[in-house]
Order: sequence, then C-alpha cells, then structure tokens
Amino acid sequence: MARLRGDWTVLGLLRHAGALAADLPALRADATLQWDLSAVSRLDTAGALLLWRAWSGQPPPLAGTRPEHRALFDLLAAGPAPRRARRVDATASEKPAVNALQASFVGLATHLLAVTALAGQLLLDALTLMRHPGAIPWRELSANVYRTGTQALGITALVGFLVGITLSYLTARQLQNYGADIFVINILGLSIPRELGPLLAAIIVAGRSGSSMTAQLGVMRVTQELDALSVLGISHTLRLVLPKVLALAVALPLVVVWTSAVMLGGGMLAAQAELGIDPLRFVQGLPAAVPIANLLLGWTKAVLFGGLIALLACHFGLRIEPNTESLGAGVTQSVVVSITAVIVVDAIFAVAFSNVGL
Amino acid sequence: MDGGAAERPASAVAAPPALIEVRGLLTVMAGTVIHRDLDLDVREGEMLALIGGSGSGKTTLLRMLLGLEVPAAGTIKVFGHPLGRCARIDLECVRHRWGVLFQQGALFTALTVFDNVALPLRELKSLDPGMIETLVMMKLTQVGLRPEDGAKMPSELSGGMIKRVALARALILDPQLLFLDEPTAGLDPDSSKQFVALIRALRRELRLTVVMVTHDVDTLLALADRVAVLADRHLIAVDELAKVARLPHPFVSNFFMGHLQRCEGQGLAGFRATLDEAGGPA
Repeated sequence: MARLRGDWTVLGLLRHAGALAADLPALRADATLQWDLSAVSRLDTAGALLLWRAWSGQPPPLAGTRPEHRALFDLLAAGPAPRRARRVDATASEKPAVNALQASFVGLATHLLAVTALAGQLLLDALTLMRHPGAIPWRELSANVYRTGTQALGITALVGFLVGITLSYLTARQLQNYGADIFVINILGLSIPRELGPLLAAIIVAGRSGSSMTAQLGVMRVTQELDALSVLGISHTLRLVLPKVLALAVALPLVVVWTSAVMLGGGMLAAQAELGIDPLRFVQGLPAAVPIANLLLGWTKAVLFGGLIALLACHFGLRIEPNTESLGAGVTQSVVVSITAVIVVDAIFAVAFSNVGL
Repeated sequence: MDGGAAERPASAVAAPPALIEVRGLLTVMAGTVIHRDLDLDVREGEMLALIGGSGSGKTTLLRMLLGLEVPAAGTIKVFGHPLGRCARIDLECVRHRWGVLFQQGALFTALTVFDNVALPLRELKSLDPGMIETLVMMKLTQVGLRPEDGAKMPSELSGGMIKRVALARALILDPQLLFLDEPTAGLDPDSSKQFVALIRALRRELRLTVVMVTHDVDTLLALADRVAVLADRHLIAVDELAKVARLPHPFVSNFFMGHLQRCEGQGLAGFRATLDEAGGPA
C-alpha cells in the first residue's frame, strides 16, 4: 500500500519535485500495489499531473480518493491537453523566399513610398488651403511653433553654449602653436552658422519634438481620437500633420539662429580666456571672415531639416498600431530615422555646396 | 407615449427609404474572411441593433459603415453616397449628417469638455462664438450635464460622463444618423439604465435613425426596433426583436436565454415604459 498525505499542490511540491519524480514511478512499477490518496489534504492540477505522469497515464488500483480529487484525474483521463499553437506570422508564411536582407529592403521601400505619399498629400492639402485661406489652422500652427521652437530655446542654448566653448578651446590650442590665434574667428564663424548650428539644433529638436509628435499621433490612434476626427470629416493630414510640418519648418531656422548665436558667444568667451581675443574684436571680425552665403545655406538646411523631422515623425506616428509595444517602437524608430535622415541630407548639402561660401 | 417605428404594426406603413445600403460586402483581415456576401439595409427612423458573438466582426462592420475601413469587395451607400470612391466633398457632407459614439468615447484628451463638443461646430467655420456657446450649452444640458462640467478635462470625468459628453459631441450637428458602439459597455447598471433612457428620449426628440452594436440584452430590449444577427460571416437574420429572439440558432438562443418573455409585445412595452418613467427628464 502506497499512502500519500499532505499538500500535493504546486507550492507544496516545489522542494520535493526531484525526489518524487524518482520515487513515484518506482512505486508504480509494482502493478498490484494499492494507492491510498484519501489522506491527501489538498491536490491541485499540477499535483495531479505529477502523479499522472508518474503513473504514465495508467492509474494504479486506488484504495481511496476524495471525490473532489477524483474530478482532476477524470480531467486528465479525458485525454492530453491540446498542444500549444505557435503564432503564425502572416507575412512570413506568404513569402517564405524573402530573406532578412530582402525584407529590410522591402521595408525601406514601403516606408519611402508611404513618406512620399504623405508628402504628396501635404502638398495637395497646402494647395487646398491656398484656395480656402479661411481653413488655415492658425491655432495649431502657432501652438506648434511655440512647442517646437520657443520651448526648445533653453536646451538648445545650454548645449550650444557648451559646444561653442569646447570647440573654441580645442582649436585655440592648435592655432596657438602656429601663432595663428586670430583664425579662431574664421573657424568658428564658418563652421557654426553653416554646419554645427543647424545640425545640433536639428538633432536636439528631432529628439525633443519629433518623439513627442510621434507619440501624440500614436496615442490618438490608441484612444480612437484619429477615428473620431475621421468621422467628423476632419482630415488627419490637413489638421494634424500639415501644421506640424509647416510649424517646424518655420521654427527650426529660428532655433538655428539662436543656437548659432549662443554657440558663437560661448566660443567668443573661450577665445578671450584662452587666446586673449577681445569680444569686440571677435564680433567685428566675423563679417569679414564669414561670407553671407554660409548663413543662407544654414537657414535653407534648417527649413529642410525641420520639415523632414516633422514629416518623418508624423509618418511613424500615423503607422502606430493600437498597442503599447507599437507605440514604443514607433517613437524609437521616428527619432533614429529622423536623426539619420538629417545627417544624410546634411552630407548631401556638404558635397553639393562645397564651393559655395568657403 | 413612444412614437418609435417598432411600436406601430409593421404592415401599417410602407417601408421607409434606406439610409444605409450594404451589398455583397466582403471583408478580409490578415488573411481571414470576416464577412462574405453581407447585405444590410438601415431604414430611415429605425433603431437597428447589431449583435453577434465575440470575434464575429460587429465592430469591423461598424467601422466599414463609417468609412474607417475599406471592404475588399462590395458596396456601402450612406445617404445614397457610395463610401470610398466618391469625391471628398461628398464624403464631408455625409459626415456632417451622422454622429458617432465610440465605445471609449474617443474624446480629444487635449481639449476641455466644452471644446470637444464645440469642435464639429467650429469646423464649419461659419458660426460666431456666441452662437457656438449657446448650442454647446444646450446640448450639454440635453445630455444631462451641468454647465460647470464644460470646463473639465476628459481625464477628470467618470465613465458615464465621458459617454454623455461623447454623445453630446455626436449630436451637436443634429445628425439624422447616429452610430453607437457598445453604448453601455463599462457602465454600472444604474448609469447604464440612465444612459439608455437618455438615448430613448433624445431619439424621440431628434427623430434619429440609430445603428447600434451591443452585447447587452437590457440595452437591446430597451432600444432596438430591428435586430441584425451577425454569425457565420454574414447576417443570419435582420428582423424585429420578437422574431429574432425565437430564431433556432445556437448564438441567438444563448443570447436571449431567460429573456424570451421580455421580447414579446406586452413584456417589452412594459419594460420600456418603466424605463422611460424611471429615467425621466435628466
């Protein structure tokens, strides 16, 4: 007679699982041995399954069981639980030949296509607005200029100031070696308004405003606000995307002017401390050292960067599915892609305009 | 006394024109067929309830009727305009003639209650602020909200109030057609009864045609004139409540289990009368 007692539950068996797994089948090997389960105080599904497995699905002669426990064995006797189904990826099963590289190209192509379509729709919307100037969403525009521009002034100033100081210190040391101290004005004056100001401001704004635009649209998808706009006959692109793109294209050049100015200010202070260049002389030297084309080039890039960041942010925002995972992934993608795109466009500009303003 | 179409004998009047016409609808999502050969007419002035098991595609069908999803095949006409392939201006006209109450309300979380309800009016760009304010406050009172609720943000509202605000927004343009997606889901029994009584009262006042998705028997009994049952990828029945309730289909018999008596003429009229009295003017 094998007599079981105590708690045969998942918690009660935790410590004895190993020993029981060895002992129980050994007991079951004697086919005539009677099993008495009437002293088992508690039995749960896991405990019953442990016994059932030890019995290899063939219950031994039972001397006694409680009725409430017998129901569990009846459940196990009814047949094995169905095997879990693996999630079938619809896209993978449709095109088994597509490998990872091809898939990423296809993904890139669909994104490019969708962004182009979105940009085209924005162009159409802009034309509609030109014909109906009353429908221009001024409130959204100004709200977006405030959020993406005015509210970014603090952080861009701080970062710009520090980068300006760093840059000035590093170049000052090198220039001192050649006695070419005064050229620090040329180096800062050329690199900041043309290259560093727009790039730095764009990267900060992409991280700040790009992510918030994507998240805003994504949450509106989750809360069905986008659907609510649709059924009211309000166009998503005209009301949500276009104001963001236009506002950032207006705000970013202004932020760039501000960031560049603060950067030059930082550089100027560092130049005074390190090289003893008088701030007045620095300011007077700038116009002579920097052709005006550099400023125009910097602003053109800033307009383009602004539009691009907002366009990509909205593209990823509108693609967000109504679940939390998709929201996180969408925001990450948006920031990474827009910063990459800004750097790529900047590189194209650098090559295309290499003989302008230098 | 109730003037709804179902309370009159069906044979006494000719069938009113259809506001919504669905023909041969085929819906495919993620490789699975959701609807096949689905036909549906929603007649003017009626309250049509759409019921079906979970996963039967009720919400998807509603989204199709709203033009939020595009069918794989088939046509959907609302007010005689085919959805999906008509000019945008046409679609805008259609959208000014319907109101939608989403399941979670879908209030614009960045706007106050007042601004939420005022948004459809402001979109018209032709009303002066004073008129908008009067219209919004009238509508808020009509759905049983106090004037001071207008200044609240959606995040400060209870579930029942969110539904009321969403209903006010759906009705602000005095539409002919109202869509309700699970109007009483997530409400406690008391708020649910009040909300149903409110919809009944508004429907009488505004002569609305209503399409409603629901899984709540009480809501269905209180509101529906006709019931469309979605099962096995198409509508297995579109008929009056009492007839649908006796349909020999496993889903239908489970759905109405224990409620059959209440679906008959006397029981139903009595239930609706008590509801109207209890709900009263909010």
